[in-house]
Amino acid sequence: MSAIVGGIFTSHVPGIGHAIARGLQRDPYWKPFFDGFAPVHEFLAREKPDVAVVFYNDHGLNFFLDKMPTFAIGAAPEYRHEDEGWGLSGFKPFRGAPELSWHIIEQVVRDEFDPVTCQSMLVDHGLAVPFELCWPDVDAWPVRVVPISINTVQHPLPSPKRCFALGRSVGRALDSWAGDERIVVLGTGGLSHQLDGTRAGHINVDYDRFCLRNLAQDPEALLQHDTLDIVELAGSQGVEILNWIAARGTLGGPVRELASNYHVPISNTATATVLLEHRQAVAA
Amino acid sequence: MKSSGTRREIPGTPVFDGRAAQLGYPLNAMCYSFNEAANREAFRADEEAYMERFGLTEAQRDAVRRRDVLGMIAEGGNVYYLAKLAGIFGLNVQDLGSMQTGLPVEDFKAALLAHGVTERRIAA
Repeated sequence: MSAIVGGIFTSHVPGIGHAIARGLQRDPYWKPFFDGFAPVHEFLAREKPDVAVVFYNDHGLNFFLDKMPTFAIGAAPEYRHEDEGWGLSGFKPFRGAPELSWHIIEQVVRDEFDPVTCQSMLVDHGLAVPFELCWPDVDAWPVRVVPISINTVQHPLPSPKRCFALGRSVGRALDSWAGDERIVVLGTGGLSHQLDGTRAGHINVDYDRFCLRNLAQDPEALLQHDTLDIVELAGSQGVEILNWIAARGTLGGPVRELASNYHVPISNTATATVLLEHRQAVAA
Repeated sequence: MKSSGTRREIPGTPVFDGRAAQLGYPLNAMCYSFNEAANREAFRADEEAYMERFGLTEAQRDAVRRRDVLGMIAEGGNVYYLAKLAGIFGLNVQDLGSMQTGLPVEDFKAALLAHGVTERRIAA
């Protein structure tokens, strides 16, 4: 019987990838962010998950505006990262878990979601940077991956409620998976940041604190704002919190926050890393 | 195009919706092509010919010529794709922020650093 061991939520700024490539983890600018991963490394060493289900957004590597899926679920045996246009490359290939992917697809369609399914898919820094953060210094990733991409690029974006419900549906799929894999769920991106417009550089510490305060015990508090409310509060890229909301939705049983690290700024971003331990819901 | 609702305005914040995506398609398609190094080289070699190849509007071409980020966004550019063009120009997201806000880049960075928040919780 499979088990969801927990959730890892983290920013995925490309600059973090550059900092890793240049070995800047202890540099005074970067250290307060990287230090947030010590509890994550301990957790992963202890729990040894086999599979990571990752909610992230593509920034124009795999998906373009010609075909822009609201939700896309990878079902490939392998995923690769490629040049995103500014030279960040060299990420190791990612092994897929296609049987689990199709099991998830079956469940979410049964639950009346309409995902795009991808048997060939590139994954960008939104997935690769968190993998480097979670599993530094490995020759090959110790987990297989199911990537789930949420459109945070072209409005209308899915609502926070819809993303949470998608997470709930994926969680049901993981609960009913007959395999004995240990599964960790990742939600990547955020927190508040804005790259475009005359409000570029916008950061909202109060909204970020609100998210961090409620993520573990009252995630539905995050659903009170609609997508454009979140754009206004958290910035046009801060809306990547949708990935966190979906990932949190998968954790249907009791959770406990093991660690939370919030650091502003990294690049233009208010960064955060949260680790939630998850226990299976007990059927009544 | 008739819309049933009022378009939400968020000060200083472009909302990349269907209208922008439609207007910006050629510009964003060009930027998306920059995922390939050979295309970045082709653009560097002849910007005008490269813009012609993707059918950019005159307003888009003008904004690219002037390295006018707000102008590109006004013409439907999306920042995730424009970031690839910015990379060709050697500009990072702080540079983009400086260009859009009118703040000198050092001031833009200083404003980010001024938040200076680090908050950590670890369960016992």
